[in-house]
Amino acid sequence: MARVVVDVMLKPEILDPQGQAVQRALPRLGFAGIADVRQGKRFELEVEGPVDDATLAQINTMAETFLANTVIEDFTVRVEEVAHRGEAK
Amino acid sequence: MTARIGVVTFPGSLDDRDALRAVRLAGAEPVSLWHRDKDLRQVDAVVLPGGFSYGDYLRAGAISRFAPVMDTVVEQARSGMPVLGICNGFQVLTETHLLPGAMLRNNHLHFICRDQKLRVENAGTVWTADYAAGQDIHIPLKNIDGRYTADDRTLDELEATGRVVFRYLDGNPNGSLRDIAGIANEAGNVVGLMPHPEHAVEPLVGTGRTDGLGFFTSILKRLVHA
Repeated sequence: MARVVVDVMLKPEILDPQGQAVQRALPRLGFAGIADVRQGKRFELEVEGPVDDATLAQINTMAETFLANTVIEDFTVRVEEVAHRGEAK
Repeated sequence: MTARIGVVTFPGSLDDRDALRAVRLAGAEPVSLWHRDKDLRQVDAVVLPGGFSYGDYLRAGAISRFAPVMDTVVEQARSGMPVLGICNGFQVLTETHLLPGAMLRNNHLHFICRDQKLRVENAGTVWTADYAAGQDIHIPLKNIDGRYTADDRTLDELEATGRVVFRYLDGNPNGSLRDIAGIANEAGNVVGLMPHPEHAVEPLVGTGRTDGLGFFTSILKRLVHA
């Protein structure tokens, strides 16, 4: 099994009140020096079979039409190395 | 023959019964439609009701867009069938791109439920013909994902072409850009709004006013006289 990760983020010009709420809480919790926080979504897709160009093209279409709303969100697609069973973490 | 107005029930729809009731009180024949059906049962118009279709997982309205019934609704809407999206229904209409823009989490992050004052900016759509342009109405509003957003070019175009159909008055409840509460498509047959006219059709409940009934009588007149 291979893993493909799709990260979805609100476009930079879109107000992200969730990220702002997190950012505002940071000084109160003792974490200083964070100028801005934006909150996104991460999808981990476990793919059956090889992650070839056709699979990636399909996942791109999926991200563009379903996982992200491209009116308000940007997305990235990447293949992630998955540790083999038995390997040390 | 009286007009047949369909109301789609998705898993998670909450206000489908209210919408069916509003249709009946206006004098039309309400027809229940199921999210899995492709067939619209010869209805003359469709209402996409409020609620949390498919749990609003992913994004509000995003999964409903792929419901079998929506293939037919989108196709028919593109050939002129009147469609009204209320709250979650409005979110579904933006996700299908029948209406431009997108809906985001309220800027204050709270679910809001209150009687909302609106201005009817456009009384020329099939769903607003029984109102007067500039008229103020009070209908309930309840949502957490009601912040309407679009890029400046789209917003300018909506304003210039009279497609901003409703605007919030006495305070913007969710940070919606330019106080937009509802919009129409280019042809004017598809209208979406966040507040709930179907909850203001009887004096006994809701706001105590019947300001919402005009939506359902408007469309009925259009269909009967068409």
